[in-house]
Amino acid sequence: MPRLRLDVALTLLVLAALALAPLLGFGANHYLTLFARIMILAAAAVSLSFLVGGAGLASLGHAAAMGVGAYAVAILDAHRLTDITIVLPVAIVAAALFSLLTGAIAIRTEGVNFIMITLAFGQMAFFTASSLAPYGGDDGYTLYDRTEIFGLRLMENRLFFHYLCLGFLLFCWGFCAMLLASRFGRVLRAARENPLRVQAVGFAPYPFRLLAYVIAGTLAGLAGVLFANATEFVAPAYMGWQRSGELIFMVILGGLGRLSGAILGAVLFVLLETWLPNLTTHWKMIFGPLLILAVLFMRGGLIGFLGARRG
Amino acid sequence: MSTGLFLVQALNGLQLGILLFLVAAGLTLVFGVMDFINLAHGVQYMLGAYLGAALAAATGSFWLGLLWALPAALIFGLLLEVLVFRHLYDRDHLSQVLATFGVILFLNQAVKAIWGAAPLQVPVPALLEDGVVLMPGLQYPLYRIAVLCAGIATALGLWFLVERTRLGMLVRAGATNAPMVSALGVDIRRLFMLVFAFGAMLAGFAGVLAGPIFSVEPGMGDHVLILAFVVIVIGGIGSIRGAFIAALIVGLTDTLGKSLMPDLMRLFLDPSAARQTGAALASMLVYIAMAAILAFRPRGLFPARSG
Amino acid sequence: MNLISRRGAMGGALGLLSAPAILHAQPAGGVKIGLVAVQTGPQAALGSQLRDGFLMGLRHLNGRLGGLTAETVMIDDELKPDVAVTKVRTALERDRCDFIVGVVFSNILQAIIRPVTEANTFLISTNAGPSTFAGRGCNPFFFTTSYNNDQVHSVIGQVCEDQGYKRVFVMVPNYQAGRDAVAGFKSRFKGEVVDEVYVPLTQLDFAAELAKIAAAKPDAIFTFMPGGLGVNLVRQYRQAGLAHIPFLSTFTVDEAVLPAQQDAAVGLFSAASWAPNMDNAANRRFVTDFEAAFNYVPASYAAQAYDGAMLLDSAIRRAGGRLADKDAIRAGLRAADFASVRGNFKFGVNHYPVQDFWLLKVAKRADGKFQTETVRKVLENNVDPWAAECRMR
Repeated sequence: MPRLRLDVALTLLVLAALALAPLLGFGANHYLTLFARIMILAAAAVSLSFLVGGAGLASLGHAAAMGVGAYAVAILDAHRLTDITIVLPVAIVAAALFSLLTGAIAIRTEGVNFIMITLAFGQMAFFTASSLAPYGGDDGYTLYDRTEIFGLRLMENRLFFHYLCLGFLLFCWGFCAMLLASRFGRVLRAARENPLRVQAVGFAPYPFRLLAYVIAGTLAGLAGVLFANATEFVAPAYMGWQRSGELIFMVILGGLGRLSGAILGAVLFVLLETWLPNLTTHWKMIFGPLLILAVLFMRGGLIGFLGARRG
Repeated sequence: MSTGLFLVQALNGLQLGILLFLVAAGLTLVFGVMDFINLAHGVQYMLGAYLGAALAAATGSFWLGLLWALPAALIFGLLLEVLVFRHLYDRDHLSQVLATFGVILFLNQAVKAIWGAAPLQVPVPALLEDGVVLMPGLQYPLYRIAVLCAGIATALGLWFLVERTRLGMLVRAGATNAPMVSALGVDIRRLFMLVFAFGAMLAGFAGVLAGPIFSVEPGMGDHVLILAFVVIVIGGIGSIRGAFIAALIVGLTDTLGKSLMPDLMRLFLDPSAARQTGAALASMLVYIAMAAILAFRPRGLFPARSG
Repeated sequence: MNLISRRGAMGGALGLLSAPAILHAQPAGGVKIGLVAVQTGPQAALGSQLRDGFLMGLRHLNGRLGGLTAETVMIDDELKPDVAVTKVRTALERDRCDFIVGVVFSNILQAIIRPVTEANTFLISTNAGPSTFAGRGCNPFFFTTSYNNDQVHSVIGQVCEDQGYKRVFVMVPNYQAGRDAVAGFKSRFKGEVVDEVYVPLTQLDFAAELAKIAAAKPDAIFTFMPGGLGVNLVRQYRQAGLAHIPFLSTFTVDEAVLPAQQDAAVGLFSAASWAPNMDNAANRRFVTDFEAAFNYVPASYAAQAYDGAMLLDSAIRRAGGRLADKDAIRAGLRAADFASVRGNFKFGVNHYPVQDFWLLKVAKRADGKFQTETVRKVLENNVDPWAAECRMR
């Protein structure tokens, strides 16, 4: 399978470049800020890719789960609770619970209706966050401190944070890949391709899908914890449908059906988004057509494009 | 709340619903017949408003502007269909979402590059400048009543077209089972193009009508698009009747929710908190309604597709 | 526009893929300004006002601030706080900006204030002036040339008291600045607030609220509806035949939105610390040259940014051009030794201006353009309500 090897190799190359970047003259803080944004969004995109590509659940509310994680950091911070021993469990439980409650209803629907109902839940989370006046409301909330690790302020160290994000991205990638390769993943994919047959062999797809939804949501929540720490700021916009849409774009841009695609897509998306505005204030007039061309001429995203060139 | 106020609020809700219906009608047909998610439908509404504003300014008359804006919106819709959308029909939904989002980015920015970022002004046509007094102290603008009537007339016309003509029969059949219609020898491509252009024109029509009430600005279609999607999902994809009823539900829920929620909350909370939570809840109400309806009827109220 | 250099902003992502880090040599005797102004989205008109105001200031100063050649790096915050943080960090760390200036919206300011001030860089807001940084949160590296939001809203409260209005209807968007507006208004208005209505920020149609206003029959309405919200409200207010009820507003009818509101806004009231018709030499020069250069009427966003350029010029000059001497620069900024387009202008202990506030009214000029004009001075040498809590020395 040359396709698989090529995209995985490329992704590994990108990750290796990220790992070595601070040693190769890209250690300045602004590079690290950009890299952190890339890696965190890539991790969230990987979890979404697991959901969309693996379970066939195209969620347009994935950013809401990420935002729940970010808000867990913010709300605890407002009460001066910044240690990871508290922040992490709270964020995980909150994101998982949010995904469980919304997923339980959303997974009853299919196709476009699923997209829309997840959008609805995302908007509800957005409006709820906007009305949290003690935590900044619409204006968002500036953190007093980054999350501490057993009382140590390690996250303030830019290099440590860089490798933490990289580690988390690797974990997400490995964990989702492992899940997809497991029996659980096979049932998910089978249920996506032929739900009737899966039911006929005695599996009800619903609990499997729900579990996948909760896992993806929890991973996104963890990404949200990192994102809040990276920007030292949390805002309702983190939960909006636009951010969810961006995550979807990263997944499709890279190539649906391959987790590595989400990583490549995120890298490309964030780089374009950072670089294009330097050319012209009307950069969206370039970005928009680029998206269209990417869809029209790169079937299967970046990965499909690379695979086609080779084959 | 007095009956007069309630009546006015209901009328406001209906009017928002009608406007949403005009946008949603094209969206649901395109979606139903072609199985094509067109996020760019919202910018077609925006383009309608801009074309209406520009042409009204150029001709000096709102009516002439309206008259010219409709074919312009139609042609623009066709142009987009030929250039972009036509190549997306056989692709998966997410690819369609991505590509049409690219169209949104481009057109929102293009509009800003051409007309500037500041909102444009469209004067209310002189004929409809006055208002009628429906409750003491409040003029209900004639223009809004005219919008309401125009919308209802369009809805009736659309109903007739879809339910009573051969073309409508093909469209309905296409929404239920497109491959079958194609197999029966109908040029499905031409049907698609027709439906698409017509939908674009309806959205443009809604945009022109909205011009004198709302501000004409870049990105004005985005919010309407989301509401229109809510409408077609509640109504059931591909169903004109569903879209009509759902549009009225959404319009009324939104308008009445905004005016009733804060009062309702006051039963539980102190006045200031009640107003704020009430307002926040009111913004969510439409989405809550959609989630509730989908929870019990996962395919919407009037699903058109059989299989 | 040759004042804007994009050289500093280039490189970035592509350079990152090909070449090692580009060295950015500080131009000898230069000063670098990161100008934060929203350029994307529906509020871009406000960002353009701010940008053009600052550039006008630079033009009057022959492109020099305090004798140093000024270079401006444009930063579009896109009205997204996380984007703003990333871009501002880049401006500080890669472009080595000496000052960060601008910022239209307070949520963007909240997001960037820590990264900027913790890098010991001065942040000069020319518009956003939230209460958060006026009281206990005041900051030695933060100045604003605009006002504290509460002050502007309280002007209308005072006007309602002065006019003897007993029952006032209040309507604001449901977000932090909206809630602050109500608090600011109530701080001076002692009469009855008939109803407080909070509308969503994405509100298009005010029909439901207008019906409520008509039913409540208030003496006056107070509203705060920035940008497109204000355009919709003002036109629908006029259409609903409610214009006989005095319309008192903040940031709802200003030169940024008047071209869209046009005649519908004439006669409506607003409050601010500046108006284009203010009669002083600095302002006449600013307004005339601004309109000649950019072909539209400046709003307060432009005027305050213009003052920001003048303030920087005076501060750097006082510090003898020693940008590294932060204490000298701070002393220079505090002195505010420049001719403001507002006339009366100085800084309080919290680095928020102490200034006069005016009641304004929208008028149509002889050339057919629209602008706000001063009606009367409402508050003189007004200190914002939070200054007393600031412990900065």
